[in-house]
Amino acid sequence: METKTRSKRRAYVGTDSCVACGCCVKVCPLNAISVFRGIAAKVNPERCVGCGKCARECPASVIEIREVRP
Amino acid sequence: MKKHWYDYLWIFSLTYLILGFFNILFAWLGLLCFFIPLIISVSSGTKGYCNRYCGRGQLFSLLGGRFGLSRRKDIPRWMKSKAFRYGFLLFFLVMFFQMLWNTYLVFAGARDLRQVVTLLWTLKLPWHWAYHGTLFHPGTAQFAFGFYSVMLTSTVLGLITMALFKPRSWCVYCPMGTMTQLICRAKNREGDIVTDQR
Ligand code: SF4
Ligand code: SF4
Ligand code: SF4
Repeated sequence: METKTRSKRRAYVGTDSCVACGCCVKVCPLNAISVFRGIAAKVNPERCVGCGKCARECPASVIEIREVRP
Repeated sequence: MKKHWYDYLWIFSLTYLILGFFNILFAWLGLLCFFIPLIISVSSGTKGYCNRYCGRGQLFSLLGGRFGLSRRKDIPRWMKSKAFRYGFLLFFLVMFFQMLWNTYLVFAGARDLRQVVTLLWTLKLPWHWAYHGTLFHPGTAQFAFGFYSVMLTSTVLGLITMALFKPRSWCVYCPMGTMTQLICRAKNREGDIVTDQR
């Protein structure tokens, strides 16, 4: 049963190449992304609205905005 | 978003570079940007320095972002590869120890003080105007010249990659950033279970 009116998008981090610099954290308007234990960034799927600000900022370009898989 | 006091640490980084132009002994202050990140990562297992306090990163995001001095293109794949990042860290450390060795030679009296700043490990820039003598051993000045060389070199590299790629491209291969991430990885082994989300 389809209840959503539009497909939801969110950020996905390519953890392997993330340098944990935290540039994404600084620009996220919803505090939806954080650096986990100095290793890599982690998205909070509950909060992320897929605006893409973090992806534009990421110096390593490891964030992808994609539709949420059902 | 709300600004914190630590969002202005770029002023410190800028002041540091300027002070070293007038009196090289200020270069010693740069040790702060060397020890603080290490202390934070060793004690708390986070990259708190990069994430909050690093003035250099802020300076790049200001110049590349607000001032628009960046093409905002993706960094080439090889520059974010582990091979390059770890290789650059290694190279950086080797050059760093060579600098310490040169300082030691001056301390030991085996060599005279050289009043030059070495840019990109090769270009020797005259810098004698910034030296007005020291109360201590000339070796302390040699260290200052050496450390300032490291800081200036990394700033120049950072500015180049800022212009070519994203504002904070330097953070991708910054030796301090790589080193603190390695420390965090070692400290949080269980963190390795975090798998690629893509
Ligand atoms: S896509 Fe937008 S909301 Fe989601 S983490 Fe990035 S900046 Fe935050
Ligand atoms: S900006 Fe990119 S590289 Fe830096 S912590 Fe965020 S996802 Fe990782
Ligand atoms: S990676 Fe280097 S330049 Fe970037 S925030 Fe960390 S210490 Fe500063």
